[in-house]
Amino acid sequence: MKPAPFEYQAPASPEAALDVLARRGGDAKILAGGQSLIPVMNFRLAEPALLVDINKLTELDFIRQEEGELRIGALTRQRRVERDALVAEAAPLLHEAMPFIAHPQIRNRGTFGGSLAHADPAAELPAIAVALRARFRLRRAGGERWAPAGDFFAGLFTTLLEPDEMLTEVAIPPLAPRTGWAFQEIARRHGDYAQVGIAALVTLDESGRCREARLVYLSVGAGPVEAREAARLLAGQELSPAAFAAAAEKASRDEIEPFGDVHATAEFKRHLARVITGRALRQAAERARNGRHQGGTAG
Amino acid sequence: MKIAVNVNGRAYDREVEPRLLLSDFLRHDLALTGTHVGCEHGVCGACTVLFDGEPVRSCIMLAVQADGHAVTTVEALAPAPGQLHPLQQAFWECHGLQCGFCTPGFLMTLLPFLEENPDPTELEIRQALSGNLCRCTGYQHIVDAVKLAAERRRSSTE
Repeated sequence: MKPAPFEYQAPASPEAALDVLARRGGDAKILAGGQSLIPVMNFRLAEPALLVDINKLTELDFIRQEEGELRIGALTRQRRVERDALVAEAAPLLHEAMPFIAHPQIRNRGTFGGSLAHADPAAELPAIAVALRARFRLRRAGGERWAPAGDFFAGLFTTLLEPDEMLTEVAIPPLAPRTGWAFQEIARRHGDYAQVGIAALVTLDESGRCREARLVYLSVGAGPVEAREAARLLAGQELSPAAFAAAAEKASRDEIEPFGDVHATAEFKRHLARVITGRALRQAAERARNGRHQGGTAG
Repeated sequence: MKIAVNVNGRAYDREVEPRLLLSDFLRHDLALTGTHVGCEHGVCGACTVLFDGEPVRSCIMLAVQADGHAVTTVEALAPAPGQLHPLQQAFWECHGLQCGFCTPGFLMTLLPFLEENPDPTELEIRQALSGNLCRCTGYQHIVDAVKLAAERRRSSTE
């Protein structure tokens, strides 16, 4: 299997890359880690006329604290995010989810921004980004905009990105005080795509009741799916097993739309979603109570 | 396009088409056929090589992306003809292979794994192997080989 012929450019600066996209965006694909793009080119499911390789844009490879937020450059390798101490401190949900992304061989090449821009509904990072209320910096020649993660994912492998735009950076706000987190997924084998997964955040008020919960699922719809109704059931409640069960029931029955496949029927995936929702909520609530993360800026 | 790549400590300058995969570059242009090509879409792990010291799948990278970088293939393991690297020796002794097609990928995955984790648990070994497919062994003998290699590695460095 060989990719079909293409023109190859490896610009030396983000501005040069954006210039190429401004002129040729309609024909071009951006090559970052290539861990999803090259396979589909090998199959010739994708035959871009022009490949814009951004791997020389080292200025897009960073993890830093800026204006009280965690900022991660789009070209940062997933393996670096996984191992980074600042990420572990400032975004423990992200840190916990990283080892679930494929295998080390993939994370060594795969980039943080590439996975987000690819918008695979079975991918972990889009769900994490929505749960963390991340914002995405989308640059084009001579301009830029910031998009909330919740708006960025527009459907199956579809995002807000226009052909002349490039995702360059992601901003992750700090967690509120008394927030606990959990990431759970079920796959047939470690590193395989999840049959269903969940990123959960639970924030307590000063009396120990739930102030806010966020439940974002992967692999159960066209993109990351946030269960807002289930989260609303938890707000203001004591975090009891009954409250968790009610939220898990609501989310898995009414708010997700899993597709059945050869390994699991849609009904079975709803069952799995209900089970991991309960597990994730228990773990997140426990962490919120233990105050392992007090919020605010790290470092 | 002209590229300059260091493979197993040796510098190569070659002219390649942009669409040439790194795996095919190693096998066809450099005649390093130890790197095997299985699924060619990044699932089976047979083509795993070290790219600047980290394991990657060479079938989903372009050769032009290796320009200015260092690649290590399975050919770099054995110290001399007729001799085996300790990891290869452990595979041999534990019967960690039958047909051998997947073996180069396993070795190149496990080499950095044992560097990073010299005393892995069985679960950690199985997770480290999860990105490499073997259709012969059922993995048990590969796990045994990794345990043996890790044990010998520890006793030789103590």
